[in-house]
Amino acid sequence: MKIYVPLDSAAVALGADAVAEAIVTEAARRGVTIELVRNGSHGMVWLEPLVEIATDAGRIGIGPMTVADVPALFGGIARHPKALGLVENLPWMKGQTRLTFARVGVIDPLSLADYRAHGGMVGLDRAKAMSKAEIVAEVTESGLRGRGGAGFPTGIKWKTVSEAPGERKYIVCNADEGDSATFADRMLMEGDPFTLIEGMAIAGLATGAAKGFVYIRSEYPVAIRIMEAAVRLAREAAILGAQFDIEIRVGAGAYVCGEETSLLNSLEGKRGVVRAKPPLPALEGFMGKPTVVNNVISLASVPVILAKGAAHYKDFGLGRSRGTIPLQIAGNVRFGGLYETAFGLTLGQIVDDIAGGTATGRPVKAVQVGGPLGAYHPRSDFATPFGYEEFAGQGGLIGHAGLTIFDDSADMLAQARFAMEFCAIESCGKCTPCRIGAVRGVETIDRIAKGDAAAIPLLTDLCSTMKSGSLCALGGFTPYPVLSALTHFPDDFTPAKEAAE
Amino acid sequence: MKDFIIPDRDFGTPAAKSKRMVTLTIDGFDVTVPEGTSIMRAAAEAGIQVPKLCATDSVDAFGSCRLCLVEIEGRNGTPASCTTPVAPGLKVQTQNARLKQLRRGVMELYISDHPLDCLTCSANGDCELQDMAGAVGLRDVRYDAVDTHFKVKNTSGEANPLYIPRDDSNPYFSYDPQKCIVCSRCVRACEEVQGTFALTIEGRGFDSRVSFGAKTDDALASDCVSCGACVAACPTATLQEKSIVEIGTPSHSVITTCAYCGVGCSFKAEMRGDELVRMTPYKHGKANRGHSCVKGRFAYGYASHKDRILKPMIREAISDPWQEVSWAEAMEFAAAKMKGIQTKYGRNSVGVITSSRCTNEETYLVQKLTRAVFMNNNTDTCARVCHSPTGYGLGQTFGTSAGTQDFDSVEEADVIMVIGANPSAAHPVFASRMKKRLRKGAQLIVVDPRRTETVEGPHYKAAHHLALTPGTNVAVVSAIAHVIVTEGLFDEAFIRERCDWDEFQDYAEFIAAPNHSPEAVEILTGVPAEEVRKAARLYATGGNAAIYYGLGVTEHSQGSTTVIGIANLAMLTGNVGRRGVGVNPLRGQNNVQGSCDMGSFPHELPGYRHVKNPDVRAIYENLWGVTIEACTARVRTSCNPIPTRTTSRRGWRRWNV
Ligand SMILES: Cc1cc2nc3c(=O)[nH]c(=O)nc-3n(C[C@H](O)[C@H](O)[C@H](O)COP(=O)(O)O)c2cc1C
Ligand code: SF4
Ligand code: SF4
Ligand code: SF4
Ligand code: FES
Repeated sequence: MKIYVPLDSAAVALGADAVAEAIVTEAARRGVTIELVRNGSHGMVWLEPLVEIATDAGRIGIGPMTVADVPALFGGIARHPKALGLVENLPWMKGQTRLTFARVGVIDPLSLADYRAHGGMVGLDRAKAMSKAEIVAEVTESGLRGRGGAGFPTGIKWKTVSEAPGERKYIVCNADEGDSATFADRMLMEGDPFTLIEGMAIAGLATGAAKGFVYIRSEYPVAIRIMEAAVRLAREAAILGAQFDIEIRVGAGAYVCGEETSLLNSLEGKRGVVRAKPPLPALEGFMGKPTVVNNVISLASVPVILAKGAAHYKDFGLGRSRGTIPLQIAGNVRFGGLYETAFGLTLGQIVDDIAGGTATGRPVKAVQVGGPLGAYHPRSDFATPFGYEEFAGQGGLIGHAGLTIFDDSADMLAQARFAMEFCAIESCGKCTPCRIGAVRGVETIDRIAKGDAAAIPLLTDLCSTMKSGSLCALGGFTPYPVLSALTHFPDDFTPAKEAAE
Repeated sequence: MKDFIIPDRDFGTPAAKSKRMVTLTIDGFDVTVPEGTSIMRAAAEAGIQVPKLCATDSVDAFGSCRLCLVEIEGRNGTPASCTTPVAPGLKVQTQNARLKQLRRGVMELYISDHPLDCLTCSANGDCELQDMAGAVGLRDVRYDAVDTHFKVKNTSGEANPLYIPRDDSNPYFSYDPQKCIVCSRCVRACEEVQGTFALTIEGRGFDSRVSFGAKTDDALASDCVSCGACVAACPTATLQEKSIVEIGTPSHSVITTCAYCGVGCSFKAEMRGDELVRMTPYKHGKANRGHSCVKGRFAYGYASHKDRILKPMIREAISDPWQEVSWAEAMEFAAAKMKGIQTKYGRNSVGVITSSRCTNEETYLVQKLTRAVFMNNNTDTCARVCHSPTGYGLGQTFGTSAGTQDFDSVEEADVIMVIGANPSAAHPVFASRMKKRLRKGAQLIVVDPRRTETVEGPHYKAAHHLALTPGTNVAVVSAIAHVIVTEGLFDEAFIRERCDWDEFQDYAEFIAAPNHSPEAVEILTGVPAEEVRKAARLYATGGNAAIYYGLGVTEHSQGSTTVIGIANLAMLTGNVGRRGVGVNPLRGQNNVQGSCDMGSFPHELPGYRHVKNPDVRAIYENLWGVTIEACTARVRTSCNPIPTRTTSRRGWRRWNV
């Protein structure tokens, strides 16, 4: 009997380890031999821990599992009260286009054999037969853009590094994933680490870099463990080694260290403060050498591009947003989790159809897209298709594709204040608009809350100073959530509200 | 040489070194500057001052204050002009309504966290924050600041946890955190200019504060060496000389030279009336380029010390008290006494010694007095001790008794060999400039028995430390030459073109003998042979290689020989005759070169021309109208024996570069 219990952090947080232990005990008690595989998560967080049992027909899902549900597993799966049928047939799964996440949840994350059996290493093998320029051209042609937030074309970044003079170059994978409501990087590293390793190795071939770093936030102990194990296995299998090797580094808990230049400072052992650009990291990055800094998902999307060809990847998407994007749906939501799909679904389709509205059942008031620096979108923005330019057109951004959903009880002034407070806490403190501005922002919103209407123009002035004046996007984008809350939900900012309550 | 206390113009960012020129348009004016120049500096060169606070041209651009934002046609946003380099054809606007609004917005934030006590502030009139508030036209601060760093008590009357009291622990300057704008200029100056890394920014966001290391450290307990670079860089009253706090801001200044070490830093003596208020390193000083060490910067108490002799005094005998007299009387007295001694004891019974802190004019006149008036060659100089081996050694090898480079040259060195010197202690400003280069990747070889701070310090470490037994300089230098010759690392083209190939072959045969090998001399020198070999290879093949040597070479019985050996190394490897290389003595005083050039040694007339040579004497005899004594003095003040004739001199004496 082959049983899958996810090792994914979300599943573990919901009790997966206890369930796994109970399964082992129960099987021993019954004298049943089982093969227990700790896999990644399929991304349906409301069903976690989602246990799967391999059958001839496919993998049957049972969830959300508790320890009490374990004995029933051994009495005929189909009759289990929490049986969900074939996981691949669940509507959440069927609707997706899984290119980057194709293997996540499916394979044993630390089995290279499993990895290869599911199409792994095809991309790297193909890249090995190509020239640097050809690999770069393939990635450029695919239309892949950075999934870390800024959406910069990955191929162009690689080209800059590839053509930069210098013997030593580096590939740095940004796995700091600090945005609220995002977890795609973690799920990928926990569920299919070899994809990231393969993507980085291809980046190494394309640029001539011999060394890569994965900078993982300290809050991801499982991802760190799995990545370290995977790197070891890849070394043993000579996938990594003299030609290209990877080192895992752990962050120290600063959101701003997800910003690429702060990340590089942190990697070098310095204070995690933002560096002015230019020089671009692509020319003077880690230790002053040409460096590719890419998000986990950007790098993990490369193997499939190489394996299936740029045209296949590019075929998905809309406008200048090509390929697929792993949406991360969270907040006050009925169905939360990871949903990989081609660009182009509207915000309304995502929130109402896929996520099923709020968990409380109350109307959706706002959706924050793109993490703590993303705008709050009201229902009137729901026709906006999911794409970089499309969201920019609505005064927003897609960032790392995290969506946080709020029902009508949300106080948008409090959310605006939270945005400023977040910026004040997480600011690296280098530039004035962010260092002092965020603190004054909180104070000014407090004045508005107390009914000081004169403080509203001061807040908008402050936001324009922060937006155009800040050195990096932390201070520069904090005005998005603040101003979107103020613009779309002015009632929450009027003194009348205070008086009425 | 007086100038008014308008601070030297600050171009915002250091000058770019590229030879390629770029033309762009700033506010409608065409400006041509070297590639790599910042837009801010290009604007400054065109006479356009872009508002700035975090930039200053002694340190690299940082981009933190966000006052210097500009617009560039065809580019998004408002890039900072200090961190954005010029590019051909750029069209830059430094002033318009949007930029004005932005700068006011930034300034309003600054002032919301700054005490408004300008009138009683010690930096009043000498504060860049004040200047910038004026420049951007800030008229109003609309924030009701709750959190500040300057209020002792917060709005509810409790002690403000963000308030940090003034740190007066350093004897020369104070640190007053309530006035700090966290521009990091001090931190960067301590790192980039001085290389001590005593300062850091502690905390994040609004909690970011300048700190002398750990939270518990005050300035005195920290690694700070009181060089004053941070104080010079600070745009506000936060880091300030205590003398300014006590006396007030200066009204004018005089350019002068530091009276301490052999670096010879230029200073501005900043005055208020006749009172010296502070000494600030002079930006245009060629030795120091605006940097200094604690001695010149703060230890200037001698300038007005009560022990200073301000009037001529005489006394008949050592047992008599000093008597103040007029200049005329003093001169007559001295002349009569000298004459009397000569009459009684003979012409050679008097002599002079000058200091190498004297100017060229002074030392010239004193040796002339000796030769033309006392009619003997009994002149000597304190540089006898530190410099005569250099004078002799380099004179023999290069034909001129001078070091080959200026101090700027170290910025272009790739390998730096320091022999018998500890510049960190004895030539601190040169050490800072050298360490800056080392932090950029130049390699260091130290030949010194001691493991000094020059061997290893913040962010640099010698690739090779040849910790030789004292007295074995010649053996080590010869062993290095042995490796270069036997391993074929010499620069044949250079030797053929610039030296004497036949003499080289003679020398090569001699130095290649096994008794000069690192292995053979190891027992004498105590330096592992392999280390010597590696150091030799690095010196010969690591790019521009420069040798800096000090009194550990010259103040030894084999001083001249070692200097000759050092010159040989440079010639062997082609490391003479361009920037970034050379043979560089680090001297004991700031005018060693000049005082020797002027003829302060007994055997040399000005210009190192031997007094025994009748043609040379004839020149001065004609000029001065006297007969010059052909013998050198019998009374020698020297402690430096005649250089021993040893190995490495062979065959190299007539090489000219
Ligand atoms: C405050 C801030 C935080 C960021 N955090 C992350 C992060 O956690 N992960 C990430 O991949 N990119 C993050 N970024 C974006 C990176 O700076 C950078 O654009 C990205 O790593 C580039 O990779 P990509 O081109 O593959 O997206 C952040 C940016 C800012 C301004
Ligand atoms: S915007 Fe904030 S986080 Fe970014 S550089 Fe400025 S202070 Fe640092
Ligand atoms: S005085 Fe010099 S050493 Fe001390 S903190 Fe300032 S720059 Fe650093
Ligand atoms: S002490 Fe002066 S130089 Fe240092 S950060 Fe504060 S204001 Fe800037
Ligand atoms: S002077 Fe350019 S950002 Fe401060």
